[in-house]
Parts: sequence; C-alpha cells; structure tokens
Amino acid sequence: MANYPAGLAEIVEDMQSITDRQERIDLLIEMADRFDGAKVPASVATKPYTAEHKAPACESDAYVWAVDRPDGTLDFYFDVLNPQGLSAMAMSVLLKETLDGQPVEQVAQVNTDIVPQLFGREITMGKGAGLSGIVSLVQYEAKKRLT
Amino acid sequence: MAQDIAQRGYARPDVLVSTEWVAQHHQDANLRIIESNEDPLLYASGHIAGAVQVDWTHDLNDALRRDYLNKAGFEALMARIGVTPETLVIFYGDKNNWWATYAFWVFQLFGHTNAKVMDGGRAKWEREGRPLTRAVPSYSATQYTAPDRDDTQIRAFRDEVLQHSNAGKPLIDVRSVAEYTGERLHMPDYPNEGALRGGHIPGAKNVPWSKAVNTDDGTFRPADELRALYEQQQGLSPDKDVVTYCRIGERSSHTWFVLKYLLGYPNVRNYDGSWTEWGNLVGVPIER
Repeated sequence: MANYPAGLAEIVEDMQSITDRQERIDLLIEMADRFDGAKVPASVATKPYTAEHKAPACESDAYVWAVDRPDGTLDFYFDVLNPQGLSAMAMSVLLKETLDGQPVEQVAQVNTDIVPQLFGREITMGKGAGLSGIVSLVQYEAKKRLT
Repeated sequence: MAQDIAQRGYARPDVLVSTEWVAQHHQDANLRIIESNEDPLLYASGHIAGAVQVDWTHDLNDALRRDYLNKAGFEALMARIGVTPETLVIFYGDKNNWWATYAFWVFQLFGHTNAKVMDGGRAKWEREGRPLTRAVPSYSATQYTAPDRDDTQIRAFRDEVLQHSNAGKPLIDVRSVAEYTGERLHMPDYPNEGALRGGHIPGAKNVPWSKAVNTDDGTFRPADELRALYEQQQGLSPDKDVVTYCRIGERSSHTWFVLKYLLGYPNVRNYDGSWTEWGNLVGVPIER
C-alpha cells in the first residue's frame, strides 16, 4: 500500500481501522451518495457503452473510462447501470476522488487487495468479484499508459 | 406486467405477497418485514418502513464453522428482531429475492412456517416508486422458543448427494452455464472461496436460477412456464426426490423455493455445500 496515491492509502488505512460494521456501511453509503460526481459525462461516453469499458464479473454492470490529462495523469469516470449497485457506486466514487490526477505509476499499483480492506472480509464472493473487476479495469488503464 | 399471484397457478400461492400488499400491510401488528441482500449497503441506504435486516453472513451463518446458526442463535435472532412463533415474516431483498429466499430457507430449518416472500423483491418496490426510509426500527425483544434445527427435510449433505447422484436421481445445478460446464470458476480473485475444479455433479441438469423470474419486473413466472422449464425441458416431476445446488447454496435456495412452493414438489432439498464443497472434495467424480 506504500506506493498507492496518498489519498487512497489514507482512506484504506482509515477503513481498516474501523471495527464497527455499521460505521463502515455508513461511510460507504456516503460515498455512494456522491456518485453523480463520478458518473461519466456525455462528452466521454454515451449509452450503449462498449464492452471494453465494462468491469469484468460485475453484476451491477459497472463501466470505467480513463481520460488522459495533458500532464500525463488520468481522470477516471464510471457508470453503474444497476440502480441497486450501491457498493459499485461507492467504489467508483472512492477511485475517482483518490486517483484522478495522481501519478500513473502509483495508480498502476492499486490492486484488488483494497476490496476487502474497504468493504470488510465478509463481503460475498459475487460482490467481491464485481468490485475487483472495477479496480482491475482502473489498474489496466494505468498500466496501459506505462507500456 | 405480471399476472396476479392467485392467477398464476401456483401450488402454494399463499407464500407470496405483492408489493401492493406489503404497502398496505407493512405496519400491521404481528407482522415483520425482513430485508436480506447481497449488497451490504442497500438496507442502510433505505428500506421499507419498519423492515429489519437479516444479513446472511452475520445473522444466519456460524462464524467459526461452515454451518447455520443453531437453535440458541435462531432464538436470539428472533428475539432481536421482535419476532414470536406467531409473527408473520415477509422476506424481500435484492437480486430478485435470491437472498430473501435463502433467509426464508434457513427459517424453515427452524420451522418458522409463518413466512412469505414479497414477489419482485426490492427492485420492484423501488421501480414502482414506493417509499424507503433510513430509519432503523426498534422492537421490544421477544421470547422465542425454537425447535432444534431440522436438517433432514430440506437440506442435503455431501454424502447424501453422492448417493443421490450415484442413484441417478435428479439434481438441478442453478449456476450459470459457464460455471456448469466448468469454463469458469466463480471467483478467481478469491481462491479461498473458489473450487479446485470446474464442472458439475454427475447427472445434474443446468437450469440457471434466474430463469424462474420475469426479466422485466423480477416477479416469479407463472406455474405453466415453470413447469415447461423444469418438467418439459428437464424431465422433473413432483414425485421425484430433487436436490438443488449452486456455489454456496444461496441461488439454489431460490430454485428450491420455486420447486417446493410454486410447483408443490414435496421432496426438494437444497445442498448448501454446493460447488465450493463438491468441487474441492477428494474422491468424488465431476462431469464437464
């Protein structure tokens, strides 16, 4: 986690220190409530979205886009087609708010370990797989810029 | 738009209630609405007024042994959510009630038969623009005396499933086609919860659980369509002893519910060990 962008590392550390399950849920819902700020604008993509942007294994139908900034960093955008996909929305907001404009080398280090660190180890397999799919796609976009 | 529940030809239409019924009755005395979801954020983000949450990991599973809560645990759960043996419980949840039927199934292990499922689940309630609240209700603790958990009637264990398979009795694998064929193990990122091999239990037929619901509103399909799905296409019949399974027993509880209550099969058991057990067992055969 040492190489993660500082904002993400801080949140992951905070979430890992939470022992009260309800407190964790409340924080994640607060993130999900800000999803409009992470949602892909029409200038980047419109429906129907192409399959290359679809997060693998995500049953909430989450999509990820990365847009290059002139300084070489990235802006990430998301959509979650399932209106009940709150966890996917929370994950999207977290990634948007902590990875935009961060060094691509650091973004490429972010891996699926953060899913149980953020959501707790009791998350179901299906949900964990979907959230991991979102993270993997973000990581893939960053790694693509490094090759 | 789905037919009225009473007109769909179910063997036990009384185990379902509509969203409209819940809207009219959710504050009735001696009734408890229970939400069970896969997404842990959903209940806290808003739920039907008066509904309590029953979480499959925290409330229904033993933390240290792969098993369900015991008699004392169930009694404590019922006391916490203010339920007595006479309370009518109504389950609903996400994923077209996949988790709601799972909770319903666990409740039946303890004989709480005064139970129903809200047809269409949470998605239908939301789609109809019905209200949700974040206020978590508090109920006075009750005294609930449960019988010992009965694992003999609706639950199947691995040795029984092996005998069942060897005898050529019907098994319904409700996972996706890719999981059934072994093309895909569900969770490559979570090897501790995955399976060593992909495929299915020998002799199992594949009927993905979601085929039992209407895609537009998540309600259960009428009985004639369900019979076509399970009987005409897969050769099941009510006289058969049927075992359902999936990966950990949640999706298959949905199909268990369909076969047992909507089609009225008297002998249906859910193998909750499912593929995460069978796919890792030493010495048992699989098919691909």
